Amino acid sequence: MIKVNYSNKPNTFSGIWIPFGVGLGFLFVVLGIFNLVLDNYILHIITVIGIYIIAATSLNLTNGYTGLFSLGHTGFMLIGAYTSVLLTYKVSLRAAYNLPSLPTLLGGANYQWPFLPALLTGGVIAAIVAMIVGYPVLRLRGHYLAVASLGFMIIVTTMAKGMKSFTRGASGIQVIPHYSNLWNVYIWVAITIFVLWRILQSAPGRAMLAIRESEVSAQSQGINLMKYKLYAFVSGAFFAGIAGGLYAHFTRSIRPYEFSFSMTFFIVIMPIIGGSRNLFGPALGASLLIAMRYLLKPAEEALGVYGLVELIYAALLVSVMLWRPGGILGKESRAK
Amino acid sequence: MPVLLKIEGLSKAFGGLWAVQDYSLELPEGKVIGLIGPNGAGKTTTFNLITGMLKPNSGSIKFNDVEIIGHRPDQIASSGIARTFQLLHLYGSLTVEMNLNISYHVHLKYRFIDALFGLPEFIKEEKRMNDLVDLMLELFELKKYRNIQASTLPYGLQRKLDIARCLVAQPKLLLLDEPCCGMNNVEVEKLSSLIKDIQSKFSLTMVIVEHRVPFIMGLAEYIQVLDHGILISEGPPDKIINDPKVIEAYLGVENNAT
Repeated sequence: MIKVNYSNKPNTFSGIWIPFGVGLGFLFVVLGIFNLVLDNYILHIITVIGIYIIAATSLNLTNGYTGLFSLGHTGFMLIGAYTSVLLTYKVSLRAAYNLPSLPTLLGGANYQWPFLPALLTGGVIAAIVAMIVGYPVLRLRGHYLAVASLGFMIIVTTMAKGMKSFTRGASGIQVIPHYSNLWNVYIWVAITIFVLWRILQSAPGRAMLAIRESEVSAQSQGINLMKYKLYAFVSGAFFAGIAGGLYAHFTRSIRPYEFSFSMTFFIVIMPIIGGSRNLFGPALGASLLIAMRYLLKPAEEALGVYGLVELIYAALLVSVMLWRPGGILGKESRAK
Repeated sequence: MPVLLKIEGLSKAFGGLWAVQDYSLELPEGKVIGLIGPNGAGKTTTFNLITGMLKPNSGSIKFNDVEIIGHRPDQIASSGIARTFQLLHLYGSLTVEMNLNISYHVHLKYRFIDALFGLPEFIKEEKRMNDLVDLMLELFELKKYRNIQASTLPYGLQRKLDIARCLVAQPKLLLLDEPCCGMNNVEVEKLSSLIKDIQSKFSLTMVIVEHRVPFIMGLAEYIQVLDHGILISEGPPDKIINDPKVIEAYLGVENNAT
């Protein structure tokens, strides 16, 4: 018999807020120290890591906890990124960059949205799209779902390329206001992890676990399969939209193909490497992979071996699958 | 006693084969009924029809005077029907406790905002769930296995867990599909007395599908016998064992020609 070191302490008010408060305090003290002692380049890397933590953690809600292997997450990131960018784009630059002014409903030609509402709108639009796409697609399982969601990602990137009057097509949007920084990115990291933790500690999260383990059983115990699959998919998409918006306002330039296969691959393997059954597994995976990318970039250039990072990622993925199938933080053994 | 479950003229065909044909049942509250029959008699199909896993070709199933044909399985489950499975479908990689927690799902009415901020409604309902789960762990002697991964439990305990989690859902009607499939005689005896215990404790209404005749004789007050999807006999246990039709279905006919 295998014992699982999983403490399911009865939920109490202080049992929720004390760990969260302590964790949040610790996170921001550490970030504060980093901010003082580390140089800008490393802080840049840490911020990128934060954005990927949001993306990978939210993806894990479907891929890890609900057992719905989705490859469409970057599609939602793209939607969040483009939506928020179109809203926050500088009025004076709209004409020069050939971007449309906002419709009157959204503020008209002379209005530029503040960052937070634009970011939230990006998340909400991504969530709405997830709801529409999810209803038919989530009836599929396993490989079929993976392929269908990958198809969604391709459709979204192709549309972003094709809708030139909104997105400037393949040339992308540049000179995006620089709103994302270490602090607001990590506030969103904290929100994402907190919300996911609360989902997992309550009825919806347990329903998602049940669906992953056995749909037949879940159904016969009163769990509405479609409702909770959509729940996971839509909440994941919301945070993907947020991650996309933060990403766009950090790199300050976006192109449709950035949200394509390579990014999909990164964020899909992050939870797997870090541990998809642990709340912090995806965050660890994201930190490792992104840090490695920046650390190995000089080596790649010096040796002239471009693609070295991807090779190392792949090797790491294979090793984790072989020796720690539950991921680095995964304690549970795999069910036979 | 009011009628809890009323089935009339229930039929289901798979292609040209009638799995269940014109099946009827009137089950008063608090009664235990046994459903027996040889392999392929349509017992599990009947369960699947009642729980909405399969759609019947014709017939009516009324639970608490509400027609439930056409409802989704999860709607039927939330209206108060729980079932176990012949082939276990436990949540294998989750702990025993988590398996039980999940079953309480239909009783949790709080909104997500309550869970997010730990509001009183959430704390109260979760506490109620934890208390009930503790009670079941105690009752089924599973307390020391609380944090064990369900798929790694010994087989007999997995069977017990399957029944325990049905009770966590506090059903009005419990359907047991071959609860002692794959158990030895000692385990069967223990299980039989456990089921008797919980039946009287929670005054449960049950339908039990089982092969072992002594097991079912000891539990059910009324027995139905299915063969090839047709109800061939029904009545109290002592009448059933002497019914020539039942003996024929199980053992075949005596050949008098020789």
